[in-house]
Amino acid sequence: MLTKRVIPCLDVRAGRVTKGVKFKNNVDLGDPVEMAVAYSDGGADELVFYDITASAERRPIDIGMVESVAKAIRIPFAVGGGISNVADMERVILAGAEKVSVNSLAVRTPGIIAEGAKEFGAQCIVLGMDPVRSGKTPSGYEITTRGFREFTGMDAVEWAKRAVDLGAGEIVVNSVDADGTREGFELDVTRMIAEAVGVPVVASGGAGKPEHLVTVFREAKADAAIVAGMVHFGDYTIADIKEAMHAAGIPTRMSW
Amino acid sequence: MTAIVDYKAGNLTSVKLAFAAIGEDALVTSDAATIRRADRVVFPGVGAAKSAMENLRAMDLADVVRESAASKPFLGICLGMQILFDHSEEDGGVDLLGVVKGRVRRFPDVAGFKVPEIGWNSVEGTDGAGIGEFYFVHSYYAEIVPETAFSTEYAGVRFTAMVKRGAMWACQFHPEKSGRIGLDLLRAWLEVPAVKR
Repeated sequence: MLTKRVIPCLDVRAGRVTKGVKFKNNVDLGDPVEMAVAYSDGGADELVFYDITASAERRPIDIGMVESVAKAIRIPFAVGGGISNVADMERVILAGAEKVSVNSLAVRTPGIIAEGAKEFGAQCIVLGMDPVRSGKTPSGYEITTRGFREFTGMDAVEWAKRAVDLGAGEIVVNSVDADGTREGFELDVTRMIAEAVGVPVVASGGAGKPEHLVTVFREAKADAAIVAGMVHFGDYTIADIKEAMHAAGIPTRMSW
Repeated sequence: MTAIVDYKAGNLTSVKLAFAAIGEDALVTSDAATIRRADRVVFPGVGAAKSAMENLRAMDLADVVRESAASKPFLGICLGMQILFDHSEEDGGVDLLGVVKGRVRRFPDVAGFKVPEIGWNSVEGTDGAGIGEFYFVHSYYAEIVPETAFSTEYAGVRFTAMVKRGAMWACQFHPEKSGRIGLDLLRAWLEVPAVKR
């Protein structure tokens, strides 16, 4: 049986993993490669790295870090942040990442999804999206970009469908409202998108307790869920989360 | 020497790094003569079957891949496994290398099952015993054939997770991305004795 994936997310700033709430109050958590190894050894099913300052500083992603991570771990990982074009995607993939995640870039230039999917296969292209609750769009969720700083007027569900039509192989739904709260995932938007598209959907933002993952898998039809603060600060281990999922009858990879 | 066949069907970095992690310095090559000389051949691949077949022919590698699969320890991975079969439904139908008699099909559209299948799926032996979970990424599957050694299930279909015929192994999953159990499989394959000619 296909298992539900638990994916730690590592935000990288100047070569260090950091964690903030809504892009503020960043705390230094450690070395990306050491943390990748620890999570991989600890049962993570996949990892995602965001080079969170690359776009803002208008510099390309730190390829040296991607190469070091690829050498150190034997599970899949995705990389986002600082991707401007297909050449950037190629460098990340050749460095050993399984997937490339695009977010604001895809909103500005949707064709990048199609170009990337044609070049590397849909399975390599992840659309990250940051929806916020909003009365302005039909689903009640509006897409924001540039780290929640800009509102686009785009409907989250419509954008997800369009991205899949263009070739996105997976969608990460990162709720702006839930992000950093550790009070649970935003179930409605996750479920709406999971039901609207035929590709896997990854829930993101708000994970604070193992039960939150149980709920998002059970009630919001997510295929995978991202965790950050709850594991980065040592409140829970990946094993704690997986034991709770397994106990709740959710298909979970329990040996690693 | 272990050769990894480069036929422009996806990224080979992970495969090379996984072998390096178990002490095997594998050589990535597109050169038929080098592949012919190799003791062991790894045949990876991701992406579309049609363009992969076109590349194999254009690069004059189809014959050496067929020969290698019949004559030495050989490991197909993902699309590299599917291409060993006869025929794929992909892109309206593609004839493949025909090393293994059997067909590659698209996953049916079943509510609750996303395509591509992405993630860790449990794999069973022919006796039904659990082998463990491996990492899969694919939209097409190879049907069960007499050489199916491991199988798995998705979207209501039981399909081939791995075929074995003598020293020829080929898996749908990615051992190079399947953590410790994946490395164990690569190690076991490196111990497959060379075929006597």
